Formats: sequence, structure tokens, C-alpha cells
Amino acid sequence: MSDVCGIETPSRPLHKAEAGPADYFALLKPRVMSLVVFTGLVGMVMAPGSMHPVLALTALLCIAIGAGASGAINMWYDADIDAEMARTRGRPIPQGRIAPGEALGFGATLAVASVAIMGLLINLAAAALLALTIAFYVFVYTIWLKRRTPQNIVIGGAAGAFPPMIGWAAASGEVSLVSIALFLIIFMWTPPHFWALSLYRADDYARVGVPMLPVVAGERETRRQILIYSVLLLPVTLVPLWLGAAGFAYGLVAALLGLLFIAGALRVWRAGATHRPARQLFGFSILYLFLIFATLLAEAGLGLAGMA
Amino acid sequence: MPKGEMHRDRRSRNLALAGVLAALAVLFFLVTIVKMAGQG
Repeated sequence: MSDVCGIETPSRPLHKAEAGPADYFALLKPRVMSLVVFTGLVGMVMAPGSMHPVLALTALLCIAIGAGASGAINMWYDADIDAEMARTRGRPIPQGRIAPGEALGFGATLAVASVAIMGLLINLAAAALLALTIAFYVFVYTIWLKRRTPQNIVIGGAAGAFPPMIGWAAASGEVSLVSIALFLIIFMWTPPHFWALSLYRADDYARVGVPMLPVVAGERETRRQILIYSVLLLPVTLVPLWLGAAGFAYGLVAALLGLLFIAGALRVWRAGATHRPARQLFGFSILYLFLIFATLLAEAGLGLAGMA
Repeated sequence: MPKGEMHRDRRSRNLALAGVLAALAVLFFLVTIVKMAGQG
């Protein structure tokens, strides 16, 4: 292997022939991973039953590695369009630091390992849900929907919504109405979150032929859809309260944040040519999801849930 | 790419992999202890 290293070939832009650990870490999409681990932890803490801290840590590690693995496989499949878009141009494969096949091998190995460890050390329900999440992200979202339909992120968003269900299953060994409610919150949150981004990145998506909503249906329709989903999101976030899995404090926080989300969506709706409100809504949407789940976590940790 | 730089990159990659394997060994050991104590 050493004799081929460092040889520049015109077909592959070699800025740096040997990838460092940081390049492999970047393949795991660490920023996405952090939100995934956090929502997984919330599902775990809210679930009935207790978990030994070492096993809880193991389960979270499996969720993180599984999510990272699907990120790496996604970067292998999307390397062609990543190279064309400003947001993704700096990723290790377009930069030539990691070969596409190597990223696929890395991702596939980690995917199998994370599911196997989850199944052997935690339980089969959590392992099955983790496998479903990875398969959904890779096959349904990345390979099937992303380049075909503007509904790509609506359906594909399910992959990002599974982690609290995996955490819940890791702690309790089952799927429940509350864990499905947590799934639904992220599922309804994903479209307005991503469409806000796609409003000010529409040129990028159009150039590489990804049929994001603003590219296919226009900005006006995208703004309308963002508003519709924002309005629907509010009642969905109140479902855990209704199921008795969250308390008064959560209800208050969810209602307040939901109204702020709708206000942000209204500003996007009214905005003319400027994309500033869309950028602000995108930033706020990340904080929003974090605060919703942090409140659920705080209530579950303090034992306040179900005291509405 | 200079050979020294290549070796440095490879070395840091190998060290990272060694760290990951060592951490996994510790994790599996701890999980075994927990399971044998009947807490898992």
C-alpha cells in the first residue's frame, strides 16, 4: 500500500493522500450525531424501568455510531453532488482525502457493528429499530427519494425521528405510544427545518438537480408549506402531555416555543426577496428541538412528568 | 506529499484506531461485569 500513497492522479484531486482521524470523524456527520444522541438519551430517560449507567452509555454509543455510519454511507453515495454544493464541498470525499469506496466500507462496517453490539448487549427491539433507522436513511432517503421527489425530506425525515424510540426501546425493550409521540415531534419538525435551509440554498440544490421544494414548486409554495407544518407541529408537541408522559412545565414551554416557531414561519411567509427570516428560522428550529427535548429530559429526571 | 508528513498522518490514524480498540475492550469488560452482577 505504501508505494501508491502520495501519487497524484488526475481523476482524483489529492490534496492530502493520507487521511487523519479527523477526516474519518467528519464522515460521521458529528453535528447531526449530537442531536441524535441527545434525543436518544431523552427517550431512554423517559422510558419506564431503569438502566445501569454502563449499559445506557453502551446503547447511546450504538445510536451515535449507527447514525454516524449512515452519514458515512450517505457521503459515499452523494459524493458527486456534495462536490458541487458550497455547504458540502469541504467534506472528506470531495476534498479527495478519503476514497469513496473507503467511506462505504467504513460506514457499512460501523453500521453492522453498532446493530450487532446493540442486539447482543442491550436488546433486540433497540437493535431492530437501529437497523431500521440506518436502512431508512440509506435506502429510502439517500438512494430512493432524495433525487426523485420534493417530498424527500418529509418521508426521509423519519430516519432522524427514530432515535428517541431507539433510546426508549433500549431502556424498556418495547415500543410505546409515548415513544411514537416523540418520533412524531421530530417527524413534523424536520420539513419546516429543512425547507427553511433550502430556501436560501435553492441555487445549490437546483444546480445539482436535487428536487428540493423551492426548486420544484417555487419559493412561495415552500413558505406556505413551512407555515402549514409549523402550525401542525404545535399540537403534535403537546401529545406527550395528553398521554401523561409530560408535565405542566413542558406544556408551557412547548406551547410558547411552538408559538415562536409559528411567528418565525409567518415572518418567512411575509418576507419578500430577502432570505434573512429563513436563515433565522433555520437557526431557531435547532434551538427549538433542543429545548423541547431538554424540557422533557428535565421533567423526567426530576420526576415531574405526569403532574399536569 | 512529503514522506514524513505521510508517515505522521498514518501514525495518528493508527494511534486513533488503537485508542478506539482499547476503549471498546474496556467497555466490553465493564458490560460483562455489570451483566454478571445481574444488574443488566
